[in-house]
Amino acid sequence: MESLMAYVVGILFAAAIYMMLRRSIVKLVIGLIMLSNAANLLIFVVSGMTRGAPPLIPEGADAPLGAVADPLPQALILTAIVIAFGVLAFAVVLIRRAYEVVGTDDLDQMKDTDT
Amino acid sequence: MNPELALPILIPLISGAMSVALWRSVRYQRILAVLATALLLAASVWLLRSTMEQGFLVMEMGSWPAPFSIVFVSDILSAIMIVLTGIIGLAIAIYSLASTPRGHEKFGYYPLMHLLLAGVAGSFLTGDIFNLFVWFEVMLLASFALLTLGGERAQMEGAIKYVTLNLFSSAIFLSAVGLLYGTVGTLNMADIAQKVATLEDPSMVTVVSMMFMVSFGIKAAAFPLFFWLPASYHTPQVAVSALFAGLLTKVGVYALYRVFTLIFTQDVEYTHTILLWAATLTMLTGVLGAAAQFEFRRILSFHIVSQIGYMILGLALFTPLAIIGGVFYIMHHIIVKTNLFLVSGIVYRLLGSYELKDLGGVYKERPVLALLFLIPALSLAGIPPLSGFFAKFVVIRAGLEAEAYVVTAIALLVGLLTLYSMIKIWAEVFWKKTPEHVKSLSLLKGDMKKSHMWAYYVPVVGLAACTLYIGLNGQPIYELAEMAADQLMNPELYIEAVLGGAQQ
Repeated sequence: MESLMAYVVGILFAAAIYMMLRRSIVKLVIGLIMLSNAANLLIFVVSGMTRGAPPLIPEGADAPLGAVADPLPQALILTAIVIAFGVLAFAVVLIRRAYEVVGTDDLDQMKDTDT
Repeated sequence: MNPELALPILIPLISGAMSVALWRSVRYQRILAVLATALLLAASVWLLRSTMEQGFLVMEMGSWPAPFSIVFVSDILSAIMIVLTGIIGLAIAIYSLASTPRGHEKFGYYPLMHLLLAGVAGSFLTGDIFNLFVWFEVMLLASFALLTLGGERAQMEGAIKYVTLNLFSSAIFLSAVGLLYGTVGTLNMADIAQKVATLEDPSMVTVVSMMFMVSFGIKAAAFPLFFWLPASYHTPQVAVSALFAGLLTKVGVYALYRVFTLIFTQDVEYTHTILLWAATLTMLTGVLGAAAQFEFRRILSFHIVSQIGYMILGLALFTPLAIIGGVFYIMHHIIVKTNLFLVSGIVYRLLGSYELKDLGGVYKERPVLALLFLIPALSLAGIPPLSGFFAKFVVIRAGLEAEAYVVTAIALLVGLLTLYSMIKIWAEVFWKKTPEHVKSLSLLKGDMKKSHMWAYYVPVVGLAACTLYIGLNGQPIYELAEMAADQLMNPELYIEAVLGGAQQ
């Protein structure tokens, strides 16, 4: 399972970078979305995938009995998803606005500020 | 409890929220902006004083003991950075009163400015690597919005590059945090440092450290990942440019200093050699880029890149003296660079352009302004007795002592080319005659009182005074940098302070 997930993460990263290298700004944003998903999935995979056992401590005990899943990666991923959501929402508005102002969705045409 | 540790984050957050509540009244937002940043400066000085007394201040969120809770830690370096944030925040808030267009003020300029300061302060104070990511994002989101406020074509094009590269850097950062967590199973920086040192096979950590280097390198605009900076920093209105120039890249530099002195010291030979060459090439490409530019703010933007090189050079040489030099350089640079952008804004106000070919004659009409440009400009180039001289002197001396002669020679050459760029601006903007085709000389020659000129000049004079103070009073500042470097070179002090459990 973990090796399968590792391939998924790798493919997501590769696809994201491929999309970011395209000229269209829409594809650029799709690439960014995939990139953040790839990073989230990576956290999920590297921190160990445990089957079953929720990390709950039974009444009366000080520590969980037996092996439990690590609850922290979920918290990290949830935080990262929320942040990515906000940032990508901004990015979508930005490309729409850029399209209106510049009149093209081709990154090669947006060279005014380059040096 | 140490309230001063939380105040630099709480003050901008609360005043940002209050500014949103006062959305309809720009007047109150303006008053609040100045008051809140002044309060931030006061709180930051308090923080620096008590950090100097106690060495480290630690605050554990929710009173959970340290590796389990998110901690806020202030060492001397953090406290210095917070004081600089306060200084720049106050300068920008005053400057914004005059320079920010009414339309921007109505669309949330002040709330965003507060949020940006909160993000910057949070990044400097947090002791948790994931929390650092969160503060970075707070800061980035505010900066995205500030950068695009106004919505002109150049801003949109610059913003697309800025947003893309910064999000890319965030994704790498997040992946690196994930991998690090998978390797050592903790997020607290002190705890990570402790566990990394005991790992049997540190090769994975070296890989992760490279990911951190790339990510922070993008944020700090280090070679070869700096192209977003000169493409975007000259596009927003000038107060925003100055705020970004002063603080944002330095957050990246601070993060590099933090992780490469505390956590990733297991393979200094490898990691810091890469840093060394990145720093050298950053200096060189930045200054050469600046030499080819003929627009006021673009020249300054390229110089940010070049100066970042010196700061990273201090870290890369990794001797106590070099770290002192790097910290000193950061202090000097933040003040000077912001000041130069502010001066460029005044020139723009007077002549209506940033293009050197459309500028001229300022010295004749406004000799005071010319002097105010000369102080930070010569300081940037490293002319004694201004602050830049001592900053460069310490870094270069450290380079000679570490026997990195090639790098040191390049650093000296870059100093010379910086002087060339500054002389270019001086000759074009201040000395040469006003070009014939420039018609709007009324402001240049006219009455200043009408247009709130005091709000332009107060921050510039204040920052120039800071530059002079650092330059003429180098010894105490050097000692402060020495204290910071001493803590950075002995990470066990930091670990002890965070995990020792002595604090409440």
